[in-house]
Amino acid sequence: MSMTEPIEGMAEPWDDLEAAAPPADALPAVAAIVPRNSLAGRSLGAVVAIMTFLASLTTGAAMVVVSAAGDWESEVGREVTIQVRPAPGHDIEGDLRKATEIVRGAPGIADVQPYTKEESARLVEPWLGSGLALDDLPMPRLIVVKLLPGARPNFAALRQMLATQVSTASLDDHRRWIESMRTMAETAVGVCIAIFALVLVVTVLSVTFATRGAMATNRPIIEVLHYVGATDNFIAGQFQRHFLVLGFKGGAIGGGAAILLFGLVEATNAWLWGTPEGDQVAALFGNLTIGVTGYLAIVLQIVFIALVTAFASRRTVRRTLQTID
Amino acid sequence: MIQFENVGLRYGFGREVLCDLNFGIQNHSFQFLTGPSGAGKTSLLRLMLMSLRPTRGLISMFKHDTATLSKEDRAHLRRRIGIVFQDFRLLDHMTTYENIALPLRVLGKDEANYRAEVIELLQWVGLGERMAALPAVLSGGEKQRAAIARAVIARPQLLLADEPTGNVDPNLGQRLLRLFIELNKSGTAVVIATHDIALMDEYDARRLVLHDGRLHVYD
Repeated sequence: MSMTEPIEGMAEPWDDLEAAAPPADALPAVAAIVPRNSLAGRSLGAVVAIMTFLASLTTGAAMVVVSAAGDWESEVGREVTIQVRPAPGHDIEGDLRKATEIVRGAPGIADVQPYTKEESARLVEPWLGSGLALDDLPMPRLIVVKLLPGARPNFAALRQMLATQVSTASLDDHRRWIESMRTMAETAVGVCIAIFALVLVVTVLSVTFATRGAMATNRPIIEVLHYVGATDNFIAGQFQRHFLVLGFKGGAIGGGAAILLFGLVEATNAWLWGTPEGDQVAALFGNLTIGVTGYLAIVLQIVFIALVTAFASRRTVRRTLQTID
Repeated sequence: MIQFENVGLRYGFGREVLCDLNFGIQNHSFQFLTGPSGAGKTSLLRLMLMSLRPTRGLISMFKHDTATLSKEDRAHLRRRIGIVFQDFRLLDHMTTYENIALPLRVLGKDEANYRAEVIELLQWVGLGERMAALPAVLSGGEKQRAAIARAVIARPQLLLADEPTGNVDPNLGQRLLRLFIELNKSGTAVVIATHDIALMDEYDARRLVLHDGRLHVYD
């Protein structure tokens, strides 16, 4: 039986008020069950965007430091130095040539660069000033030896050969520096990972609480849906979908801004390439790029934060329904 | 339809607000639920809506023991009940049309299939030209009619109304009562919780009177 069939003997209660309804197609599109543009929703979007931006910056910065630390270590590890000391009765130039030849003949060597007198003078110029007469000073001479990538020359044998053939030469494989560099790099990486983990925890917490705050304004909707017979899954699904989209939009704005920023830094770095400023930056931070892995990490972060938002809303709905039921 | 047997309800560790309730609601019946403020009318309606669990006793709804029902089952049974709140509880971001159609959306019906039905009901309750209006611009009477329309759009077997005339003037109260009577005559069992004696005197119906947590039935 239709609800609106006329009832015998009774007038319709609003027959005097009844007016022609507007045509059905004049109705606007049906609104979403969860309001799309609430103030709380916009605030949550802003929180998600800001936290994703900060988390993405931390991710990128951590990746740059980790990559730079690796570069420092491998850069120092790919080089050894031979020092030829002046000694009475020895021709330092002859010792330098001899040591150079010995090293050139060793396996795993990419390049051998003996420093000339002028180059040696330039090395000590910051401390001793220019116009130095090097012959008057017992200045050792250096040979910089570059190793082939991945090569592990037998330094003990090389050291032995130098000791027997050029007694004034000694080989420094930078082991002490490498150890220090490794410790420093590991510390830098550890600090970066700790900061990243903290930022991630703060992001998850702030997004969770902001979601709960936004959900608090939706309690009347949850109650009405519950009373009109919606199942818990239906209600949770409605909110989860809405907050997933909200979190994804906020995350895309924050993460997108971070991606743009890193792209800009990379472009500036490329533009400065070869200039003294560019060289300084490159010496400190490597090539200042987070690479495909970095960009992928930021995209994953956006998805992760959107999922956190959706999950927090689902949990809040469940909790609200428990208090109603 | 509904059967209460030795039902008691207390909140927390307080005293029983409802005790030893034994009564039934029959199909197509009409009754007023009355009693002084704070007598437990809303609590009793919430028990009938399965939104509260009794502390003791047995409640049978549509031949199901509510104590043994899952949350999912309770939600499905709730679809056979319409509820009208004293404070309307219309969703502010939805138009009158959308508010009324909400139970049908919850049932998963397609808008194209229910549009004509919702418009027809809107016209029946005199809100034909207010269907695109948001609750914020509706009068108290219009909101109450919209709330009633939402409660009956899915053709429930039982309609529960909590102080439906509490916020309207006597004339509008009478009109609303007429609406409930018509709905009852179309086959819906109706329970109206009210403490408005004048309203109850308008229509000769069964009275369930709550006093000191106990229910007295006057057929």
